[in-house]
Amino acid sequence: MEQELGISVKNVSKRFGDFVAVDRVNLEIKAGGLAALLGPSGSGKSTLLRLIAGLELPDEGQILLTGKDSTYEQVQDRNIGFVFQHYALFKHMTVRENIGFGLRIRRVPHKQIKARVDDLLELVQLRGLGDRYPHQLSGGQRQRVALARALAVEPKILLLDEPFSALDAQVRKDLRQWLRRLHEEVHVTTVFVTHDQEEAMEIADHIVVMNKGKIEQEGTPAQIYDHPATPFVMQFIGPVNVMHRQKEQVFIRPQDVVVTLSPPTEPGTFTDRARVKRIINLGWEVQVELSLDDGQSLMAHLSREQFADLALTVGQVVYTTSKDERSFPLDYVI
Amino acid sequence: MVLYLLLMLFLPILTLFATGFSLPPDRFWSIATSNLAWATYGITISLALGSAVCNGVFGTLVAWVLVRYDFPGKKLIDASIDIPFALPTAVAGVVLTTVYSENGILGRLFAPGSPLGSLWGEEGLRLAFARPGVFIAMTFVSLPFVIRTVQPVLEDMEKEVEEAAWCLGASPATTFWYVIFPPLIPSILTGVALAFSRAVGEFGSVVIIAANLPFDDMVSSVLIFQRLEQFDYPGATVIGIMMLFLSVALLFVINLLQNWSSKSG
Amino acid sequence: MVKGKKISIEFLLITIALLFLGAMIYMPLLALLAEVVQGGWDVIVKTWHDRNFQSAVLLTILTAGIAVPLNTIFGLCTAWVLVRQRFPGRALVMTILDLPFSISPVVVGLMLVLLYGKHGWLGQIFDRFNIPIVFNLPGMVLATIFVSLPFVAREVMPILEEVGTAEEEAAKTLGASGWQTFWLVTVPNIKWGILYGVLLTNARAMGEFGAVSVLSGNILGKTQTLPLFIEEVYTNYQTGEAFAASLVLAMLALVTLVLKEWLSQKTGSGHRRIH
Repeated sequence: MEQELGISVKNVSKRFGDFVAVDRVNLEIKAGGLAALLGPSGSGKSTLLRLIAGLELPDEGQILLTGKDSTYEQVQDRNIGFVFQHYALFKHMTVRENIGFGLRIRRVPHKQIKARVDDLLELVQLRGLGDRYPHQLSGGQRQRVALARALAVEPKILLLDEPFSALDAQVRKDLRQWLRRLHEEVHVTTVFVTHDQEEAMEIADHIVVMNKGKIEQEGTPAQIYDHPATPFVMQFIGPVNVMHRQKEQVFIRPQDVVVTLSPPTEPGTFTDRARVKRIINLGWEVQVELSLDDGQSLMAHLSREQFADLALTVGQVVYTTSKDERSFPLDYVI
Repeated sequence: MVLYLLLMLFLPILTLFATGFSLPPDRFWSIATSNLAWATYGITISLALGSAVCNGVFGTLVAWVLVRYDFPGKKLIDASIDIPFALPTAVAGVVLTTVYSENGILGRLFAPGSPLGSLWGEEGLRLAFARPGVFIAMTFVSLPFVIRTVQPVLEDMEKEVEEAAWCLGASPATTFWYVIFPPLIPSILTGVALAFSRAVGEFGSVVIIAANLPFDDMVSSVLIFQRLEQFDYPGATVIGIMMLFLSVALLFVINLLQNWSSKSG
Repeated sequence: MVKGKKISIEFLLITIALLFLGAMIYMPLLALLAEVVQGGWDVIVKTWHDRNFQSAVLLTILTAGIAVPLNTIFGLCTAWVLVRQRFPGRALVMTILDLPFSISPVVVGLMLVLLYGKHGWLGQIFDRFNIPIVFNLPGMVLATIFVSLPFVAREVMPILEEVGTAEEEAAKTLGASGWQTFWLVTVPNIKWGILYGVLLTNARAMGEFGAVSVLSGNILGKTQTLPLFIEEVYTNYQTGEAFAASLVLAMLALVTLVLKEWLSQKTGSGHRRIH
């Protein structure tokens, strides 16, 4: 089988005035992959996506799409699909006209356009809504139209810029799973930008964590979660306790905190004495806020069973250890 | 408030109709359709329409330039667009006549014997004191309408929509005609209708720049004025009612257009 | 290459736009300035001492001085009623409110002559008390009021709409009376809108030509406002005086524009509204 190439970003930088949005980034995304660019706002993730699309030109570096140097290629010629945060649908066109726009530009015969649009409406589950205008659709429906429009031209690469962030929580959840299934069906190399770590974890098979224009870490969701390379990644992915011990910063996930009623007998484990400050029962888990003897506070997430076994009450003295923790020198700047 | 409205607005309009319709119908009809009246309607409407269309084209272009491009002095130029609204029409008439008369700096370009003027034959093209002057005055007084209706719509247009078109392979020209221009149509038409309405009723600048010759460059509002000067009230009233009908019809059209543009926006 | 093409289109469009605006707005204004400068100081002094000019200036200020406050008070009331109250015919009133913008000024003059003239419904009443309206100052004031009637209401309405009723209701729950609420809560919220409307009303009131011209009967020195004076001297070939007087009104227009720009920055909305 012919080896397919995905996206290669080589030493790419982009500055806006004095602000360095993307700082000498190198990135490989394999063909047919589903990658997430994850980071806080201003981390450069959207700019990187727009560089790949050709909506911005890099100040330096090289961008290869499916093996071809596309650094200075026009957006129009890149054959990419781009889905915008606020959908960017053409308001004066119906759903059908929106989806068929790219094909019309390519002078595809009417009959073929109609057939292709029908297929896509089916694919994005909007059959019967083809003659509506964007303002007559819900947010989730609009985003699916935007996706169908991007897919209509059979792009080599699909790029999505915060595709779900403008939607309600429930719709967002549904669309995530739907996008994952859609990718399994269409199998186009896909990159999406998000600031929501849960979203990245749920959809992507490859996560690229960005901060201040640089890549902090990349890998599978499990690698990122279980082996965070930097304090930034540790803090950005999931809740975490940040403790100070001597000259070290120690990061402990709340679900890795072990609470016992007596000091652990195994030698060598680091143990703290603490007092229960607050108990928040969420039903599926119980969050316990502990106050250590030195005044620092520590959050522990316990399962219902663990909590029932311990039968904790506010003010009670307990001992804590951790199943897993990561420490970095104190002067490490996030 | 009701009394004020009644006294200041309704009563005058009512009087106009009462006076007009107290005339015998055949008399009304003969005044309304007299040769001179017909001639002024034709001149007024054709010139106003021409100036409104001219403003539609150039106004859209100016709005585009002001929203999309950056150049020195842009802010000042943007603020100066409202000058025709702020300048009294009598002053507009005086300055336009000065510039577009045969000796004026722009009128000179079309004077007899000048290169541009020769295009129109030996006589050159007479701007002031002829129909072109009326056209210019009408264009001037209604100039801001299209610009001010199109500008906000252009400003609100998301950049992303254009980018989406590019990503789908559309060239800048295609993007303009298929994606940017269609949403502007309602606001352009609204601006053109407003400009037309203003141009049709314009008096001050037109009476000064025109020669006001019947059947040549006399517009309806000037005819009404002349009738009033001759104390021919029935003659003035009938043509006034015709113009009022046109204004009300235009107001109706403008309301429809504005609803359309707010809906499609 | 593509970038170069894009810039040349940009350059072309900017040039066309500037040529259009130049021919329509800038050249005429510059020409006015040039004419006044060319006419020299003597003409300006002569115009200044012209009794007809002086009385025209006074009359202009007088008509505006009557029409602007009346239309401001009325405009505020109308805006409040139209935004805060719902009553049958509201849409109709709103449409009719726009009529002064779209009726030809000459037709406005005509209507007032018919109503207040010797045989008009109201004219007969005033005639009995020997109060002349038409071809006199009161008629000119009425014409000015008519043409500048909607400005304040039109400017205040959208702001009133935007401000909403929450603050007014809050004031009432705190014990403020209707008047107190209006003066202490509503007016401060809409004061820039009111000022904006007053500015436009004044510009229109001082500049109106058509309607006032019909109502004036044009008796020199007695019933002439500045725009009428300009037309009169211009058609009498006293162009120097016409230009000097025009410059006064053009300055007024420029000051209006500057204040308008300043006010729209104050309101923060930066909105440009037509009319």
